[in-house]
Amino acid sequence: MTTATSLKPVRERASTRKPAQRSKHGSGRLRRTLVAWAFCSPFVLLFATFGIWPVFSSLSMSVTDITSRDVQTPFSVNFVGLENYTALFDDPTFVRAALNTLYFVAVGIPLTMVLSLAVAVALNSGIQRAKGFFRVAYFAPVVTSIVAVAVVWRYLYKPDGMINSVLSLVGISGPDWLNDPNWSMPALILMAVWRHFGIPMVIFLAGLQSIPPELHEAAVVDGASRWRAFRSVTLPLLRPTTLVVAILLSISYLQFFEEPFVMTSGGPLDSTTSISYYAYQQFGFGNYGVASAASYVLVTAIALLSLLQFRIFRARA
Amino acid sequence: MTATTTTTGPAFRDRRTSRRVPTARLVLYGALVLGLLATLAPFAWMFLGSVKPTGEIVAHPSSWLPRSPTFANFEQLLSKQNFGLYFLNSTVVAVACVLGNLLFCSMAGYAFAKIEFAGKRLLFGLVLTMLIIPGVTTFVPLFVLVSNMGLGNSYLGLILPFLVTPFGVFIMRQFIRDIPDALVEAARLDGAGESRIFLRVILPLTRPALATLAILTFLAQWNNFLWPLVIAQTEDHYTLPVALALFSTGANGTNYGLLLAGAVTVVTPIILLFLALQRHFIQGIANTGIK
Repeated sequence: MTTATSLKPVRERASTRKPAQRSKHGSGRLRRTLVAWAFCSPFVLLFATFGIWPVFSSLSMSVTDITSRDVQTPFSVNFVGLENYTALFDDPTFVRAALNTLYFVAVGIPLTMVLSLAVAVALNSGIQRAKGFFRVAYFAPVVTSIVAVAVVWRYLYKPDGMINSVLSLVGISGPDWLNDPNWSMPALILMAVWRHFGIPMVIFLAGLQSIPPELHEAAVVDGASRWRAFRSVTLPLLRPTTLVVAILLSISYLQFFEEPFVMTSGGPLDSTTSISYYAYQQFGFGNYGVASAASYVLVTAIALLSLLQFRIFRARA
Repeated sequence: MTATTTTTGPAFRDRRTSRRVPTARLVLYGALVLGLLATLAPFAWMFLGSVKPTGEIVAHPSSWLPRSPTFANFEQLLSKQNFGLYFLNSTVVAVACVLGNLLFCSMAGYAFAKIEFAGKRLLFGLVLTMLIIPGVTTFVPLFVLVSNMGLGNSYLGLILPFLVTPFGVFIMRQFIRDIPDALVEAARLDGAGESRIFLRVILPLTRPALATLAILTFLAQWNNFLWPLVIAQTEDHYTLPVALALFSTGANGTNYGLLLAGAVTVVTPIILLFLALQRHFIQGIANTGIK
């Protein structure tokens, strides 16, 4: 279900081209085009102005030395080629931000996927009672505002906060999460997983429900252990769903921004600065060219990773 | 049961298989409940904390239940901090964006789904591409543009960039495409014009998709943070998340009672909406696969 809807447009472009429709009103193609554009016009107008134009504008800004002072006097802006991009990789803060973003993605995505799949499988495997209740409750963090969440979690993460008191119950003395450069990132990852895992969970659940339970049962009857049946039957059938989840999570986790913004301001010692947060900081300093270049590094990364995932999953399928 | 160790033969097998299922189920439920506690604990702490006097929140050791519950935090928030106004601003922005998306995205979605026209492929390709462009890429030029239009620090400036979304067009197009072409063709043969078909045939049939789009747009705008933060410069245009963020980093940053009451004010309306419409929230996200 899920995959079908999400992947359709890509597939469709290659294969189905509708034969030209015959309009009863004659003049055909031109008229249809005019009508269609009329229907699209409010959308196109707003989308072009506030969606498409800024994307190109930002791309052109990324090869100039534009700063906040130049906005009123566009003629003072100079073309600098790829200078902003090379400057980025000479800036240790940006390099740190890029590594942090990779860290967040490399740890956060597998963690979110495993956890959300585990909960989806648990909810799908014969739990009838309270299934709906569990699903709603597990999904609740998704609808909350990051700012409100931050207020709460900042308190939970205090050295004498709730999380460390739970840890001390099992004899662990927890760190000063948000002020320790080694623990700040794990703290933000934990919070992000808490906030986001409801989305992949419901997508996995929808995917699991589309697999006939007989397949899994047949494998068990044939002598496979439950784990083996899950690995050899359920997982392969879940591959399209897994691809969707992986791509969605990559797109959203690579943009990692709000957590460092409201929890740590990128600190301590730049340990939680992400590429998005770096771009936002440069905007704040007025370095519009550099900010745009940083955001295009991100665009490239997202595009490449999405493409890569498509390739990998398609090759295996 | 210690008896199992001494039993042999078929009886032993029966015992084990009949016992295994409940144990497995018990472990499963146990794990799910533990996970649930971890998921809901921050909410519990937030709601319980918002009705504690500040002294009690920072007390050590802290307790979950408020000893002397009070609504003083909320009263202060409303009277001294203008949260009523921010609440109104958030509502105005979210509702305007919902209406814009419902109307404009369903119109465009109809054209994409049911009419063959020149430029369709290119336009739809742009829509799909925009789905993966991060917000941080567009907001600098967007900020310059909106400021130059004289819309900085205005409701229009808050609303216009989100009045339509590529995501909205995408899900409307997906849904309308599943409506049988025969219906549209029949209406065309009966002499109905495109606008009539859209209003009389398509819109009534797309009600579930419109509901999904309305809910997801409201959610996204209610929680939107970055754009209102850069565009709203004076208090009278703050939305709830902006007010709370500035409030929590400002001089009030240590007043935990007020902060938690603020967090409750932001979260409660959307949680109530979610509880009332949870099926649509969850189905919407599961079916579209995109937040």
